[in-house]
Amino acid sequence: MIEWLSELVLNLLNTCRDFFPIATVLIGFQLLVIRKPLNNPKKTLLGFILVLLGIVIFLEGLDMALFPLGKLMAYQLTTPEFLGVKQPGQIVTWQAYFWVYIFAASIGFATALAEPSLLAVAIKAEQISGGTIRAWGLRIAVAIGLGFGLALGAWRIVTGFDLYFFIIIGYLIATLQTLFAPKSIIGIAFDSGTVTTTMVTVPLVTALGTGLAQAIPGRNPLLDGFGLLAFASLFPIIAVLSYAQIASWRSGRNLTFKP
Amino acid sequence: MLKNRFFKPLFSSFLDLAPILAVVLIFQIFIIQQPVPEVTRLIVGTLFVIVGLTLFIQGLQLSLFPLGESMAYAFARKGSLFWLLAFAFCLGFGAAIAEPALIAIAEKAAALASSSNIIKSTDIARNNYALAFRITVALSVGFAILIGVLRIIRGWPVYYPIFCAYACIALMTPFAPAEIVGIAYDSGCIATSTLTVPLVTALGVGLATAIKGRNPITDGFGLVVFASLTPMIFVMAYGMSI
Repeated sequence: MIEWLSELVLNLLNTCRDFFPIATVLIGFQLLVIRKPLNNPKKTLLGFILVLLGIVIFLEGLDMALFPLGKLMAYQLTTPEFLGVKQPGQIVTWQAYFWVYIFAASIGFATALAEPSLLAVAIKAEQISGGTIRAWGLRIAVAIGLGFGLALGAWRIVTGFDLYFFIIIGYLIATLQTLFAPKSIIGIAFDSGTVTTTMVTVPLVTALGTGLAQAIPGRNPLLDGFGLLAFASLFPIIAVLSYAQIASWRSGRNLTFKP
Repeated sequence: MLKNRFFKPLFSSFLDLAPILAVVLIFQIFIIQQPVPEVTRLIVGTLFVIVGLTLFIQGLQLSLFPLGESMAYAFARKGSLFWLLAFAFCLGFGAAIAEPALIAIAEKAAALASSSNIIKSTDIARNNYALAFRITVALSVGFAILIGVLRIIRGWPVYYPIFCAYACIALMTPFAPAEIVGIAYDSGCIATSTLTVPLVTALGVGLATAIKGRNPITDGFGLVVFASLTPMIFVMAYGMSI
């Protein structure tokens, strides 16, 4: 109990250190450069205390639940019994891991659809396009992009292909699409890729990736385990740009976006 | 009143977690059908995540978000380029250092690196590695926000800096040590999470609203994505330098 408490206090101190720069930046600039007193110092202080407590409890919960959960799923989906491998030493082809890809895709699809900040961005996009781009269409596009990206990322970990190769192809596609896309949608399309990776999805996806790399023979967690998130931020961009392009073709004219 | 202020955010944090829990549960019940070890620990941990997330977001809405937003507007109106850029850099740096997802992943990366014998397997070596990783990422986020603000002021198109970053990443990767590439590629996504995105978006949209001839929607967005690309470049450079 005492050990647990002292660890908690240590974590709280560490979090104070992590949080110190941003608090100093905001309060320092407010007082020294803008030269206005804080609007509501009591409320701000209460907010800071809540943030610190929140981070400590959240990180504790990550270690107890989200990291083990991602690892557990990666482990269970790759055990020989689950794959149906009869004799040891039998070579498992990448097709045998199909539940892994379906799991990764489902996580991506579900989190993107449920993400509240993405909804806000989607509504803005609908407004500026004068209704040519639908909020629902944009959300589905991001969800498909994220699901596909994570599934492809999982496939890459299973097969051990070079991460570099996929990312470069992805960049090339995104670059080409950007050149032809309606100009006013570009900022939103690019930002929607990063909007979907929240404090909850990032740890789970990382644990899933490193867990897969540990469980699959011949993979190294440090070399192959990372990279899932890179896919998660790239493919929604491609999907949204494609959707914007298709929407503008369907409306039969080159979109004149109302600024 | 109190009930509403506490339970509503608690419920919305639960909704953040719900899709993941739903997918995992469906897979456990219908497809994997194996006993799950340490179920109570998982459930308690999930509750911790929900409560922690609620406190964190409530706290941000009381303190950092209103402060950051009002300052973004104040700086945009003040019109001093030097202070605006200094603020942009510090905001990006500070937000990335405090980002909880980055703290967690940095520790994980350090543990992996020490188990692969890249760094010594002592606590000090691991802590140093994790801290150096986070500072590298934070510097790059600060740099990205600085460039992004400059872009909004000068009115450059959104995609110029993005294409430059793409080219840099494509050119650097073959020369970076293989074990840093995966973490570098992921670090950008990790750095731009729950804390950084709202602050940075507020700055971008605030600036684009305050400056004449800029459109908050076409010019205000696009800051976050650049902040998710520069960490890749900086982390790879860090990997090459050690």
